Amino acid sequence: MKSSDTARPATITARPDSFHRWRGRKDLLAKRVIGLGGVMVIAAVLLILFYLLYVVMPLFLPAHASQSNLGGNPGWTGDKTVFLSLEEQQQVAFRVSQDGVAEFFKLDGLSVIEKILLSDDDRKVAHVAGDQGNSGLIAVAFDDGLVSLVKETYTTDYSAGIEQRTIKPVLEFPYGAGQRILLPTGAMTGLVLSENDSQLLLAAAGIGGQIRIELNTKQENFLSGEITLERSVKTFAADFEVTTISVSSDHRWLYLGDSTGRVHFISIASMETIQVVQVSDAPITSTSMLLGGISLLAGDARGTITQLFPVRDADNQFALEKIRRFESDQGAIVRIIPEQRRKGFVAVDAQGGLAIYHSTAGTLVLQRQLDNGLPDALALAPRASGLLILNTDGSADFMDIDNEHPEVSFASLWSKVWYENYEAPEYVWQSSASSNDFEPKFSLTPLAFGTLKAALYAMLFALPLALMGAAFTAYFMSPALRRLVKPTIEIMEALPTVILGFLAGLWFAPFLEENLAGVLSMLIVMPIGLLLFAWFWTRSQWRIKSFVKPGWEPILLLPVIVVLAVVSMEFAGPLQSLFFGGDLRSWLSQEAGISYDQRNAMVVGCAMGFAVIPTIFSIAEDAIYGVPKSLSDGSLALGATSWQTLVRVILPTASPGMFSAVMIGLGRAVGETMIVLMATGNTPIMDWNLFEGMRTLAANIAVEMPESALNSSHYRILFLAALVLFVFTFFVNTGAELVRQRLREKYSSL
Amino acid sequence: MKALTRWIADGTPWVWLNAAAVAASILLVTGLLLLIGIRGVGHFWPLAVHQIVYQEADGTEVVVTGQIRERETVTATRLRESGLEVAEGTELVHRDLLKTGNRDVTGQDFRWILEPSIQSMSRPRSMVVLEREEWGVFIGMLIGVREAGQLLESPDTWGDFQSRLERANELRDEIRELEKNRIGSVNYRLERLRLKQRGLELKGKLDAENLADIESDRALLQEEYRGLEQELVDLYSKLQLGAVVVTTGDGKELELPMSTIVDAHRPNQMGLAGKIGHFFHNCWKFVTEDPREANTEGGIFPAIFGTVLMVLLMSVFVTPLGVVAAVYLKEYARQGMFTRFIRVAVNNLAGVPSIVYGVFGLGFFVYTLGGSLDRLFYPEALPAPTFGTGGLFWASLTLALLTLPVVIVSTEEGLSRIPRSIREGSLALGATQWETLWRTVLPMASPGIMTGLILAVARAAGEVAPLMLVGVVKLAPALPLDGNWPFLHLDRKFMHLGFHIYDVGFQSPNVEAARPLVYATALLLVVVIVLLNLVAIRVRNRLSEKYRGLES
Repeated sequence: MKSSDTARPATITARPDSFHRWRGRKDLLAKRVIGLGGVMVIAAVLLILFYLLYVVMPLFLPAHASQSNLGGNPGWTGDKTVFLSLEEQQQVAFRVSQDGVAEFFKLDGLSVIEKILLSDDDRKVAHVAGDQGNSGLIAVAFDDGLVSLVKETYTTDYSAGIEQRTIKPVLEFPYGAGQRILLPTGAMTGLVLSENDSQLLLAAAGIGGQIRIELNTKQENFLSGEITLERSVKTFAADFEVTTISVSSDHRWLYLGDSTGRVHFISIASMETIQVVQVSDAPITSTSMLLGGISLLAGDARGTITQLFPVRDADNQFALEKIRRFESDQGAIVRIIPEQRRKGFVAVDAQGGLAIYHSTAGTLVLQRQLDNGLPDALALAPRASGLLILNTDGSADFMDIDNEHPEVSFASLWSKVWYENYEAPEYVWQSSASSNDFEPKFSLTPLAFGTLKAALYAMLFALPLALMGAAFTAYFMSPALRRLVKPTIEIMEALPTVILGFLAGLWFAPFLEENLAGVLSMLIVMPIGLLLFAWFWTRSQWRIKSFVKPGWEPILLLPVIVVLAVVSMEFAGPLQSLFFGGDLRSWLSQEAGISYDQRNAMVVGCAMGFAVIPTIFSIAEDAIYGVPKSLSDGSLALGATSWQTLVRVILPTASPGMFSAVMIGLGRAVGETMIVLMATGNTPIMDWNLFEGMRTLAANIAVEMPESALNSSHYRILFLAALVLFVFTFFVNTGAELVRQRLREKYSSL
Repeated sequence: MKALTRWIADGTPWVWLNAAAVAASILLVTGLLLLIGIRGVGHFWPLAVHQIVYQEADGTEVVVTGQIRERETVTATRLRESGLEVAEGTELVHRDLLKTGNRDVTGQDFRWILEPSIQSMSRPRSMVVLEREEWGVFIGMLIGVREAGQLLESPDTWGDFQSRLERANELRDEIRELEKNRIGSVNYRLERLRLKQRGLELKGKLDAENLADIESDRALLQEEYRGLEQELVDLYSKLQLGAVVVTTGDGKELELPMSTIVDAHRPNQMGLAGKIGHFFHNCWKFVTEDPREANTEGGIFPAIFGTVLMVLLMSVFVTPLGVVAAVYLKEYARQGMFTRFIRVAVNNLAGVPSIVYGVFGLGFFVYTLGGSLDRLFYPEALPAPTFGTGGLFWASLTLALLTLPVVIVSTEEGLSRIPRSIREGSLALGATQWETLWRTVLPMASPGIMTGLILAVARAAGEVAPLMLVGVVKLAPALPLDGNWPFLHLDRKFMHLGFHIYDVGFQSPNVEAARPLVYATALLLVVVIVLLNLVAIRVRNRLSEKYRGLES
């Protein structure tokens, strides 16, 4: 609108209608767009919440499995499959039959790619064992006690492009084509093969409790790189009926299951029984080692599986402990197949029931009946995403398994878990390690504990300073000084936390380490010194008093505080020599048994306290300042002192506002990242010790998020940690905001 | 006594304690600012080089040279615990942290010396401090310049050396220009050509004609590259300006190639004016140069550049969004349940920990949106991600979300300061609501918007935690803004001042040597943020004063 138009209203009405319609449309459009903008803020909050939920959700969704028929192979009927394995891409599988036929076949159409005869006579295959380290090595034992070692390997041919890759299987004989005598008497009832970097172990159980272990130590010829085996044989005679045999992958322990439900824990070095553990009152029907070869899974005739592993006691002696039980009241456990990448396993019972468990989480992930009853053989894909089933009638089924996050359960996140190689159940956060068979430890408890610990110490530091400061600033301070103090506090709030963290970690932590006694003595010296000063100041008749007007006391106190700080630093030395043998820190660790980290909770408390002081201060100050003047005037008129007015009238009125200030400060302390990251050692320990560090949820995310793989359990758990932070601050902030809104209404009504 | 009980009863001690809390808070802030200020400025100040005859713990006498960086007092007990001999009867010992430099000779930059063991101390005028491309600084004495095995005879060795140093620096600048801009540009174009070819291949449109075009382009570029390479070789051969012969404090003679020396000064010969001059020279170098030696030496220019660019982009996103939301809340929405809801949402946005924004940014922006963008528009670069990894764009968006409540709250405050009468006047004259908003309300509220924007910028400049997840790196190979089309590379990773502090202070191999640099960086960041906040406070106060008059 030009000024000439407004000067003569007549010209406005003279505008054509189209112009006014255009104005109206513009107005409407603006209204819509701006309305959208308002809604968008809510949308943003909801988007964050729902996106976090969307990522976290799969952790808690149940697993799925669907079975489909692959058809049959007429050649397989009548020739029982005794061993089956599946390669990584789930395209090619390998089977060994009772007649000594080894063949690779495609899952697509069950067509045989390559067929190898393992024996040229009519000996039958008695047992086949795959290497429990999943190297592809397979021991095939015949009914006369001779064993062949073969190895399945797969090469992928990309010559026709990535999409048209073909997988070429090869059967190798890495230790020669000859057969070795394992159990001269034949009549084998159990077979174990285990290969590690230094040794190759074969163990067999025969009828009559006869156990023979062949321990081959690998000798590498450093010129030719050829590996030769140096063989030694150990035997054990069991006076019980051996039903199962397993060996730990470090080749230290032999586990024998018997028909009375016991597991015999035997040292391979001495071949002596260390311990007999009654696992069940029913016979042990199947045992297997969990990935990593530390835990034994023992299944019994009632369908219960027990996890056991050796635990070292105080005298460095090992004892086999029952860790947890997986119950399913179905038939006897026939086979236990450990997963190759995770600490999960699949169990099959005599009624053809299939169950998938996870050991760390202690959960039954999935249970269902196989479509065609108890099969001849099963093979779990290396990624545990599929199960190949060869039925007794020569047909094959494939089961797709969708089980991405079995290791996460409410218990594994928040309760104590007994991890492998630990002496007792504990809360541990240790998300990754270099080795493949590592058991991830995803307990959020130590992180939540660390978060609360850091927040608590920060609040201990911040609350007195912030609330008392706010009370003074709002009620006693002269307006001129208040105009100076408020921006100072705002600057304090604006200081980047990375700078606070950097100063805390690189300046304050070493400073505190050197001057611990001095800093601690300030806690006593400061209040006493200040009160003494105040007393003498009020009693004295100094002329200087007239320069300090009421409301300017903080400026007067600035030099006093500096002097008191210097005094406590200077007198800390003599005090230490007097009471703590010269040095408080060494006294703490040697006499009081309190360990001291350089970057500890006290450093974090001070630095983070510094960061939350302005938040609490500003909101509390607003609340106190907003109390209507009539209230305090009334109180003062009735003869109360100004302090009594503050405590009895003002603070009760403003207390909801102060409460919300504290809540918002707490929310900030809980979510603060950089200070904790830089001012502690970031070790996830659970200890209230003021002089030890912690790891918080937020710092943990910052440390581990960049290296976690997209959509892995670890990734989702870190999102869960973020969600926990989000929800916590959501409640705190919403609560605080509602309190403040109510308070505002109350003030306006007064 | 009675007076004391009355003094306590009427609560005066508490009032004093409350006053002390305010004083303590003020002291904390000012103390912290002073600490950063002094240490940060100290990084640039040329310190004198001391030559010290020092008695080692085993009784041998050695000559050490260096600059005294810190002085502190420790208890004798602690020193004895760490295995050092301290004379009986002494309780406290002063010790100095000496920056000795010469890491290539002694293997360390710093050492502590105990003051009681100092035999004598002097400040030889001829001491030089040489900054080098690697191995940190050299501290020692200049002997002369050697060329082709001959020590040059010259009346003014220092001047001679200076002129050569100047020449070397000029050449190095040329080399850097050539490597970064021209060769970088050729490489960039070659990479684009490769992507073009791959893109055509994926679409199945790569025929002989296309291929021939691409090949000829490539041949041209490679020709250009060979030319530049030759130029580079020439420049490098020119840089062989001989070597400078120096001796360390304890008399060891060394030969340092001229091409490795970046800067030199003789602190013991400088007067106050010279020191001030050198101080500003150092400041200038700090803000304009690239970092050296894994960020522990040199300048922080890329970090400043990255921060500024990221903050600018963020402002572009956050200002319209925040203003629109605030205008809705204040001018359009009927105050009720819904606006209350929005205010709660705004407060929540402000209260959500910043790391959660980082997690959200990584998951939603980078992996979900960026991953989709890559599949749709950049299939030729896959599996290398373009937008499917952290970068400038996602970082700015994440921070825009994070600073949105700051802008909303501040704009709302600005709007609420405008008296109702002004809006009513405009509406009474027949203006629509939009016209009222656009012509009168928003212009009057602009200081409020400015305040919000400034505060948002200050917040974003200091925020590190979310950036660590969405695109900040310790060392970016190229700036996100350069001479190659499309000039602004939104997908590139960038450096950031706050992250630089974290990285150099906590992740660098030589924290002790890097510490002054971290203080200097922190100082720069604090100065910027404090200034921005002071400006915001000023703008806001002027606004409130301006409208106080209108209201009455």
